[in-house]
Amino acid sequence: MTDLAKRFPFLQRRPDLRGAVVPAGLVLLWWLATALQWVDTKIVASPPAVLDAFWQAAVGGELWHNLGASLQRNLTGFVVGGLIGLAFGTLLGLSRLAERLVGPTFHAAKQIALFAWIPLLSAWFGFGEPAKVAFIALAVFYPVALNSFEGIRATRVELYEVARVLGLSRTQRLFKLVLPSAAPAIFTGLHLGLIYAWLATIGAEYFFSAGPGIGNTMIDGREHFEMDQVLYGLVVVGAVGLLLNRLAAWIETRTLAWRVRPH
Amino acid sequence: MSTTRAAAVPRSLPHWRWHWQSPGLARPLNWLSVKAGALLLPAALLLLWHTAVTREWVSAQILPPPELVLQTFLDLARSGDLWFELSISLQRVLIGSLLGGLVGLALGLLMGLSRQVEAYLWPLFQAIAQVPVLGWIPLLMMLVGIDEGLKYLVIAKAVLVPMTINTFAGIRNIPASYLEVAQVYRFNLVQRLHRVILPAALPSIFTGVRFALTKGWIALVTVELLASSEGIGYLMVDGRQMFQLDLVIVSMLVIGLVGLLLDKGLALIETRLQRWQRQAF
Repeated sequence: MTDLAKRFPFLQRRPDLRGAVVPAGLVLLWWLATALQWVDTKIVASPPAVLDAFWQAAVGGELWHNLGASLQRNLTGFVVGGLIGLAFGTLLGLSRLAERLVGPTFHAAKQIALFAWIPLLSAWFGFGEPAKVAFIALAVFYPVALNSFEGIRATRVELYEVARVLGLSRTQRLFKLVLPSAAPAIFTGLHLGLIYAWLATIGAEYFFSAGPGIGNTMIDGREHFEMDQVLYGLVVVGAVGLLLNRLAAWIETRTLAWRVRPH
Repeated sequence: MSTTRAAAVPRSLPHWRWHWQSPGLARPLNWLSVKAGALLLPAALLLLWHTAVTREWVSAQILPPPELVLQTFLDLARSGDLWFELSISLQRVLIGSLLGGLVGLALGLLMGLSRQVEAYLWPLFQAIAQVPVLGWIPLLMMLVGIDEGLKYLVIAKAVLVPMTINTFAGIRNIPASYLEVAQVYRFNLVQRLHRVILPAALPSIFTGVRFALTKGWIALVTVELLASSEGIGYLMVDGRQMFQLDLVIVSMLVIGLVGLLLDKGLALIETRLQRWQRQAF
């Protein structure tokens, strides 16, 4: 037991059970309401029905099929939008001229709510996979571009002068000084981008054509009045969002560990 | 916000610099060049857009000419349709934000004031906040239908989260010494709230309001795109369905403009309200 507790420190901490009281009460109320027929069980699914629907989807493989499709879409959009955003932000950060010319337009375009792009994107890219990926990429582009721009702008001029004195070439300066010093900000942007990408994935699946995807699972569930399907979709969406967030934070600490390493 | 932050960095990379000989003329000319530079790209894009349509590089259906977009905007503004749809949308944001804002404020206050309440409610709040607004929409549609109630609830959820977090953090970040002084004066709860806690937490709460309204506006656009027969988001869906992209582009611009005005307007009120804080310098 002590061995186990040593290996997994979270076991030593006793969880605060007070936080579970209200959710447990709500689930109990929900369960009672459906079991005692206070509500129409044709509309409101009972907790066992939701668990069952989840179980069926997991065993039958639909869940993994849909989740896989969503994640693949999410990742493609993230890579496309992240790369374009990074390149754009770097250019804007390095060149005052580029910032003066493009910056104001960029900041103005940022004001348009992300989802307001959907009708226009659907007219240009259709309703299929390209439109979905383009929308996710757009969602990732803004935070990545903005944060890499600000990170690069914050490069300390003293360091840059040292690099010039040492005779580093332009490319060397970019890769040995500017990008590493902007890395924390760039990672913040990528982290935000990952959160936005997941949101955009669900949104893209709602608005564009039907197909495999966890957002489609929820929309289908609503259309066919199957609340169990909607509810397990909701939990999966939340859980994946949480996992992506944790993953990004983990990669961030790992990759940027050199920042805190003692000399 | 981002521009001011970037500008606040005092020294940055020496790159493209423009040195004018006359120091007296340097500043206005520099200012002029910055403004002109900012307009250069939009002007070039507009010209490209215009040429692309008139030379028929792209069909006018895929990309309506800029003149048509302007004309559509003027028509909509003159006939009053635009103001009608916009007033419906703004009304929805107002009611939804009031609902979510008041609940969020109460929740933040309660959790901020009592560790006991925090222990009971914080995990549930986090779980609800974790699932984005978009995820809640299908469930809410099943529970309350697609009428006004849905819009209010979706906006309220979007507003609730930043309001609660900012109120909560604002109260928790009050320096302990303030509360100790209140204790020395033997303030009761009402006095403590009125004289110490609320004034000290106000800046954070107001940041919450500003952030929340922006979120509420975005949520409104989303929900109107999904299920509505009125409002600025509907105008866009309607334009898309009839393949009138000029209507879509006008709606996009209006949505962006209203979002910007909301944010800037609240920022202005924020500085006004908090002027007393700046008296020291």
